Amino acid sequence: MLFTSYSFILFLTVMFLLYYAVPKKCQWMLLLAGSYCFYAYSGIHFLAFILLTTVSTWYSARRITRIQEQQAAYLKEHKASMDKEQKKRYKASMKKKTKRWMLTCILLNIGLLAVLKYTDFVISNINGIFHTGLTFMNFALPLGISFYTFQSMGYLLDVYRAKYPAQENAAKFALFVSFFPQVIQGPISRYNDLSGTLYEPHSLEWRNISYGIQRICWGFFKKLVIADRLLVAVKSLVSAPDEYMGVYVVLVIFFYAIELYADFTGGIDITIGIAQVFGVKLAENFERPFFSKNITEYWRRWHITMGTWFKDYIFYPISVCPWMLRLSKKSREVFGKAIGKRVPVYLATAIVWFTTGLWHGASWNFIVWGMLNFLVIVISQELEPLYAKFHNRFHVSGKTWYNAFQILRTFWLMGAIRILDVYRDVPLSFRQVGSIFTTANWNELFNGGVMRLGLTMPDYLVLVLGALVMLAVSLAGRSGSVRDKLAAKPVPVRYLVYYALILSILVLGAYGIGYDSSQFIYNQF
Amino acid sequence: MKKKRVIALLLLICLLIGSLWFLQRLFMPKYVDEIFEGRLIEEYYENAGGNDVMFIGDCEVYENFSPITLWEEYGITSYIRGSSQQLIWQSYYLMEETLQYETPDVMVFNVLSMKFDEPQNEAYNRMTLDNMKWSMSKWNSIKASMTEAENALSYLFPFLRYHSRWSDISTEDFTYLFRQEKVFHQGYLMRVDVRPVTTYPAATPLPDYQFGETAYEYLDKMVALCKEKGIPLVLIKAPSIYPYWYDEWEEQIEAYAKEHDLLYINFLELIDEVGIDFNTDTYDNGLHLNLSGAEKLSRYLGGILRETYGLTDHRSEPETAAKWQEKVNFYYEMKADQYRELEEYGYLKSYGGRKPEE
Amino acid sequence: MEVLLEILKGLHPEVDFETCDTLIDDKILDSFDIISIITEINTEYDVAVPAEEIIPENFNSAEALYDLVERLQDED
Repeated sequence: MLFTSYSFILFLTVMFLLYYAVPKKCQWMLLLAGSYCFYAYSGIHFLAFILLTTVSTWYSARRITRIQEQQAAYLKEHKASMDKEQKKRYKASMKKKTKRWMLTCILLNIGLLAVLKYTDFVISNINGIFHTGLTFMNFALPLGISFYTFQSMGYLLDVYRAKYPAQENAAKFALFVSFFPQVIQGPISRYNDLSGTLYEPHSLEWRNISYGIQRICWGFFKKLVIADRLLVAVKSLVSAPDEYMGVYVVLVIFFYAIELYADFTGGIDITIGIAQVFGVKLAENFERPFFSKNITEYWRRWHITMGTWFKDYIFYPISVCPWMLRLSKKSREVFGKAIGKRVPVYLATAIVWFTTGLWHGASWNFIVWGMLNFLVIVISQELEPLYAKFHNRFHVSGKTWYNAFQILRTFWLMGAIRILDVYRDVPLSFRQVGSIFTTANWNELFNGGVMRLGLTMPDYLVLVLGALVMLAVSLAGRSGSVRDKLAAKPVPVRYLVYYALILSILVLGAYGIGYDSSQFIYNQF
Repeated sequence: MKKKRVIALLLLICLLIGSLWFLQRLFMPKYVDEIFEGRLIEEYYENAGGNDVMFIGDCEVYENFSPITLWEEYGITSYIRGSSQQLIWQSYYLMEETLQYETPDVMVFNVLSMKFDEPQNEAYNRMTLDNMKWSMSKWNSIKASMTEAENALSYLFPFLRYHSRWSDISTEDFTYLFRQEKVFHQGYLMRVDVRPVTTYPAATPLPDYQFGETAYEYLDKMVALCKEKGIPLVLIKAPSIYPYWYDEWEEQIEAYAKEHDLLYINFLELIDEVGIDFNTDTYDNGLHLNLSGAEKLSRYLGGILRETYGLTDHRSEPETAAKWQEKVNFYYEMKADQYRELEEYGYLKSYGGRKPEE
Repeated sequence: MEVLLEILKGLHPEVDFETCDTLIDDKILDSFDIISIITEINTEYDVAVPAEEIIPENFNSAEALYDLVERLQDED
């Protein structure tokens, strides 16, 4: 079920009404039932996959906690009679057991994800290299598998690390894995953050309902009025790359940046808004990312939960694991301190970005995208001493125009890297970006070229106004919650804003058959 | 505090519903400046009742028959419930709906739509369905007509379909927000201009000439419905050169008519008898007849209907005569106006004609 | 403790590690710094900081870091 579909709106309405009608201690059960109905809608047979992940993770985590509890009890009992060496050996043997459960579960689930998602990618590469004719498996991907698998594995690793005990109740755990607002595109939640708010009873609180619905509407606005409209132009530009080079590629970068932002943050707004109506608090996934001044800041503000997941479960474990430490020591001995200390960080970073790219999709353009991000991060890291010297000399840091320069630089750099997403072909993407500098067709912006992309003048007007509204809301959000500020305004003003928001979604939204208005021009029969 | 909130919320909801209702009327196409066919279905309701003959079908009925001629020559009252590319199930449900408003003495159905077994075109669906009054017939017609991309909700709330016209709103949308203007003559769309037939189409062979199951299903339903109400059903094929009417199709209809004991008239075989001259009697190279052709055809058909079914001559009834006199006046007014435009502009500027240079 | 402070000062000489206790909260140390610190700690103190100890509580101040090192040495 797409968020922006009539069936989903109906489903939501029913869920909201039922949620506050059932006894409070059954609310989480209702969410579980709803989440499974939602999931089944995408295909009943897919339920098998999410159930497999749920049950295997729930069971493994419980066994791990059991062993840890056993260990704690045993150590307490035999505190006096064991010496340090014995304790160490005992702990190590227990750790070995928990590790076995953890590894098996991870292998099963990540293995499942890998097979379903990457088999055809591997096959196409084998075919390419060895000129074989293996047929593709065309596995259908279960809904949200990348998201719920990672979220479950995060939980498993947390339990393995004894951060908190496992959830005993299988049904409650199943809700954590399948919670419907976030199963499609995140945010990737941490169990210790989500479990409290997810399972506890929630009484009908006006503020949650009102703020939640406002946020949902705002998300719909961004998706339907801005993102889906802009998508028409992006598709036209990308479908004929030979025709649309030079300045048109600049347009692709710009349009796609805005489109992806509106679509992704809009979807997340809908997700978080829905959860809020249920009284459940989800983590934020975006924090005004286009105001970032450098790539590192950007990745702290864009798809936040993905970034922190990769940091906590891949980057840190890899960079401090024994073989990495040994490698670092070795390289220090062979290549000297400067290189030695860079090895763990850069190697771990490279692995993170390779896997991040791969996680986004099973094709080379995503991997290259990931590695380009890695490259820029390494370069900016290496250039730091140079920057420091520059700032010592010129004292421009903090100045408005310099901030603006940094923001624009980051926006365009990230945008250029991001078009690998949209052209999907690595050499093509590079060629297109290259053409910005080699093809001098800036006059195309003024001779009506943009009017042939499927959008009319009124459409562009709506886009400009919509983008300005997004910008204004972003800027206003810097100093506090926008909905709080709205709530402080007098009732007529507030309700006028709601009215305008809802009406603009319904009138201006790019939905329905009529959307391509030119289709409505009949030909005489 | 809470009360204030509830009131504010209710006000917001009412305001939203009111705005949406208004915008729906605003955005729905008015079909006034062009594509008049969109108004055909709508105009029936104010003329419902007292029609002895009902024509149902696609443009081959609403362009080829003149109810005014039937009146003037025979005193027969009639109405044409036609619309663009009207599909056979849409015809059936229109027939069913019409019987809620009146019981005619004869139903006439043009069989061209037998060639369509599946939903065809969203735009034409809209023209036929949007302005039907709500009834089970409308709902069933919608369900049978929807193409894959369509959604029943958008028929319940046409706003969902037409909201994208926000950038195409013209003055006509405001002028005709609540107002209607009479355009047709008991469902007949008048065209006096002439564009003679230049070529006769060749028959491109089809892979399969058999009419579809769905088409036969609805034809059967029509026959059953008329039989139930005791109304004779007359099948016709209008004398249009395009689309090509295959012999194989003709055979099927003749067989069907024989099997169900129905009168079937193929006017393509009676062109000389009716006196149609394709140099003067068509306005679009033979797709449809113009006024001259329609009057000839009506004169001919009227004679058959009167003889076969003994239809009443209502010209002696003062009330009916008075009502129809108005219609007749309107008819000749428009005729005169169309001739005036032909003289002034060389083409029917405000009646959908195309400029000669095209 | 001296060795630790030296490691820290080597990364960010401008920071007052003796008193500051918001190294993570104020984003003074980023993830690269943390890894560098851990590898240096591994070299100098011969302890391996496991990933689950990479939490703000342990890295917010030089003192917290030293407590972590001592604890890890103890367990060894």
